[in-house]
Amino acid sequence: MVESSVLCSEVVSGGATWSHVLKRGTALRITDVEGGANVAAYFLNFELPAERFNLPDTLKAQHTARLTKGHVLYSDMGRILCSIIDDTVGWHDPLAGISNAALVEKKYGKLTYQQAHNDWHQNARDGMLIELGKYGLSPRDLHATVNFFSKVTVDDEGSLQYVEDNSAPGSYVELRAEMNTLVILNTCQHPLDPSPKYAPKPVELSIQRVPAPRTDDPCRTQCRENARGFLLTEFYFL
Amino acid sequence: MATLNLQVSPLEPRTAIKSFVVEAGDAFIYEILKGQTVRIVDLEGNQAVDTLFYNAHDYSDRYSAQDTVREQGSLYLTTGTKLISTQGHVMLTITADTCGRHDTFGGACAQESNQVRYAIEKKPMHACRQSFMKGIQHWKLGPEKLSLAKKDITSNINFFMNVPVTPDGGLTFEDGVSEAGKYVELRAEMDVLILISNCPQLNNPCNAYNPTPVEVLIWEDGSR
Repeated sequence: MVESSVLCSEVVSGGATWSHVLKRGTALRITDVEGGANVAAYFLNFELPAERFNLPDTLKAQHTARLTKGHVLYSDMGRILCSIIDDTVGWHDPLAGISNAALVEKKYGKLTYQQAHNDWHQNARDGMLIELGKYGLSPRDLHATVNFFSKVTVDDEGSLQYVEDNSAPGSYVELRAEMNTLVILNTCQHPLDPSPKYAPKPVELSIQRVPAPRTDDPCRTQCRENARGFLLTEFYFL
Repeated sequence: MATLNLQVSPLEPRTAIKSFVVEAGDAFIYEILKGQTVRIVDLEGNQAVDTLFYNAHDYSDRYSAQDTVREQGSLYLTTGTKLISTQGHVMLTITADTCGRHDTFGGACAQESNQVRYAIEKKPMHACRQSFMKGIQHWKLGPEKLSLAKKDITSNINFFMNVPVTPDGGLTFEDGVSEAGKYVELRAEMDVLILISNCPQLNNPCNAYNPTPVEVLIWEDGSR
């Protein structure tokens, strides 16, 4: 469905990397077109990239080890980069990180560009590092990431369990930018995806204008910590 | 309560080649050579020891919490855990642990995150990120050293902290499983730089609002 407020939309193929400076006052919807997609994501303050997504601060402020609607993504400076304003999935994985060249070769075998052109076997870490490089950033700038559409649970002993079929076709998650946020996305498979087949799924991205969060915004009222996080983010723009 | 994996070390403190006491609120930064063993002792109990590791020859190759827990298939660190770097190297192996469980997703406290977690006016209180910054800023003054910056302060280990994740995806800060004299010991599998902030947090009951000193001991390769 194309909504009238949508500014632009595009399809990102599986195994690809995408970036955009998501402006304050807009929201990015990521749609898992076929079901079973994985979107690794990383966020930086575009104006001051030394301020970036901080996974532990995000989890402990909101007492959660999964991400869904109502949660926000904190920077290391106590401010909010993006809020999750809508979500039809219910569980996005913040724990397991991203694939790298060695992991992809071990799981799926090596398939070079020379052999397969754009169907070659890509990995999330290299894709994200290249994309960061386009903004003058280096491997040191890549910290912990999140995996949209994927679910990893933890049992009482601490063992990780990848949960299959977490995201149905047409599922989406929507991120509202609370500052001008450099968003880096990668559509490689989740590193714990047990499928032996290299088959990363495409996603559709669309950006629309959204109103500023009101005092009763569900992300702001999620917990007292988020109320303070929004306040500190608003200070930044004074 | 989950079972804990306790492992005592054969190493005697008297044979250590170095020992340091790190007070709460202080940073500690030191190079540990391949084969050496480092022990961190929770001298008074339930102290959080926020710790980062770097490849001593390339600081962009550094401890990665996500790669470490994914590769071992478990969220908590204990005896047998291999600490994995961003470039996939095994940096250190935990060889002994009398506490049984250590966190690596709770991160470090910062003045700014304390404002979010506790109150806006908590900003002036001392925090781990202040110690990390001081540690790396002093370290790069050495003429032969590589330099470190805020971008190198990533998701750390919290030795002696218990931050369980529940099966439904909750995250809780539980009372510590540590007590006075408990320790964790790691063998360096490559030359590494260790950066510690001995946590000064006064707002969190996890340390009974009482941050305390820890001891760092180092043994030469072959001491076992």
